[in-house]
Amino acid sequence: MGLETMPVSKLHAESSYDPADFPVPTGREEEWRFTPLSRLKGLHNGTAAPTGNVVVEVDAAPEVTVETVGRDDSRIGAAYVPSDRVSAQAYASFEKATVITVPREVVASRPTVINVRGLGEGAGHGATYGHIVVRVEPMAQAVLVLDHTGGAVYADNVEFAVGEGATLKVVSLQDWADGAVHVSHHHAQLGKDATFRSFVVTLGGDLVRLSPSVSYTAPGGDADLTGLYFVDAGQHLEHRLWVDHGVPNCRSNVTYKGALQGDGAHAVWIGDVIIRAEAEGTDTYELNRNLLLTDGARADSVPNLEILTGEVAGAGHASASGRLDDEHIFYLQARGIPYDEARRLVVHGFFAQLLEKIEVEEIRERVLSAVEAELAR
Amino acid sequence: MSTLEIRDLHVAVGDKEILRGVNLTVSAGETHAIMGPNGSGKSTLAYAIAGHPKYTITSGAVLLDGEDMLAMSVDERARAGLFLAMQYPVEVPGVSVSNFLRSAVTAVRGEAPKLREFAKDLKNGMDALSIDPAFAQRNTNEGFSGGEKKRHEILQLELLKPKIAVLDETDSGLDVDALRVVSEGINRFRDTGDTGVLLITHYTRILRYVKPDFVHVFAGGRIVEEGGPELADKLEDEGYESYVKASA
Repeated sequence: MGLETMPVSKLHAESSYDPADFPVPTGREEEWRFTPLSRLKGLHNGTAAPTGNVVVEVDAAPEVTVETVGRDDSRIGAAYVPSDRVSAQAYASFEKATVITVPREVVASRPTVINVRGLGEGAGHGATYGHIVVRVEPMAQAVLVLDHTGGAVYADNVEFAVGEGATLKVVSLQDWADGAVHVSHHHAQLGKDATFRSFVVTLGGDLVRLSPSVSYTAPGGDADLTGLYFVDAGQHLEHRLWVDHGVPNCRSNVTYKGALQGDGAHAVWIGDVIIRAEAEGTDTYELNRNLLLTDGARADSVPNLEILTGEVAGAGHASASGRLDDEHIFYLQARGIPYDEARRLVVHGFFAQLLEKIEVEEIRERVLSAVEAELAR
Repeated sequence: MSTLEIRDLHVAVGDKEILRGVNLTVSAGETHAIMGPNGSGKSTLAYAIAGHPKYTITSGAVLLDGEDMLAMSVDERARAGLFLAMQYPVEVPGVSVSNFLRSAVTAVRGEAPKLREFAKDLKNGMDALSIDPAFAQRNTNEGFSGGEKKRHEILQLELLKPKIAVLDETDSGLDVDALRVVSEGINRFRDTGDTGVLLITHYTRILRYVKPDFVHVFAGGRIVEEGGPELADKLEDEGYESYVKASA
């Protein structure tokens, strides 16, 4: 009693394939207020001409099929409807989509790697719009790596449709060149007893705004969303999580951690979770931690948890942003460890638990050395 | 033969003067006990020598074998041969004990120890202090009990082999068994010969296991009386009251 049946939050209320259904953001909207619109190169207001050059290449496991299809393919948009202006713009503007299918009951023998490579210098010349559909059919299992590199202004949508009893593990690396702009939605739709593991690593680019979301079509879905970001001077790296518990007995866990250093380094983390009235037995937890390594860096962290049922298995959230702890550094230095090495150990320690979750060893090594390189700056 | 010399040391926290002229010389082969009531500045002395940023040295000198410790960074002091066993060892999330110790040993020795040798030293050290080998994979001090943290401090002492060790209330919060294990570790370290120990404590209890050569009574931010081991017995009987009154 006393519980509302409609969410108070107006976020995620609108969805449409047509950009005209979304007003051009002004920066005052809740969903846009943290994003520096002037750095979006026109992705948000229809002025970004599709004259950029981004190449999508897939190195697939032998059991996995890869197709490049036109806009009229019925699998496109089946699992996801755009929920903001840029997402709808990308949906309306892409020319070819990549469809990856893991057939029923197949266990892929190695990771499938999707290379998304911007051929521009920095922000390049003009924008590119993309669309990727990943379908994991019932009882199938696969590991997928989305590797974003190079220079581009790129807006895209990625749909993950994870079938009944299937498992999909995705690592998405945003390792763009300086100056790149990337606005992306990753939506996972989980079938009955499906398992989804997402690991997001965002390091490079002038502005990255990534919105990973999850919805469930049947009970038993299990989503684990992990993220790691390292923000340098002048970078804006934004992650907007959205988990929609609309059916009973599903689980979600969100853990994002970031380190920031340098003037104007800006991290934004939004963690929206809704447990709808019908989603009894939901178990959810979301956490965001930010480590501010220098002055001049800023982290905005906003968890929102809305619970519309009295019957949850567990629901919680936590968010904290803080500086490198002087006592940690002192303790390590008091054992002879030089300051830089002490700082490196503590930052590694901050990310350690997350890094262990990356199952693809070469990716883990790459992320590790990327963190090393950031710390050496 | 190493010598730590503390000369007329004045230390403040913010505007508040805590140490008011401490003079003390600790040479290798000697064990000095500093005893005093809570709030007398004992721990300040320990942290100031180690270089904790919270403490400001307003005047005086600290020399290790003639070298000016106060001009050195915290890690340089440790590499020069100073060790501080802390009263409240710090939890460092995500940094395993073995990674931490290997980094410390590498820094202090100036080269990375051979992996197999280090593993053996670590195992022997942990065995001697009755530390569960599984602790090597745990995060440094995280979730350790008070006694486990203190054992871990002494493990570091034995691995890093400093010239001078400052032990800040290593005995506090230990039950009798843990006190014995920790004291044995300190004694093993002393028995290696060329090392000096400055043992800071509130209670005489640990001095039954670790026999001091000199006892200094600390009150009001300075040493107010000095003597041999018999001074500890006197404190045991009479407490600190007369010193606290005199320094007030």
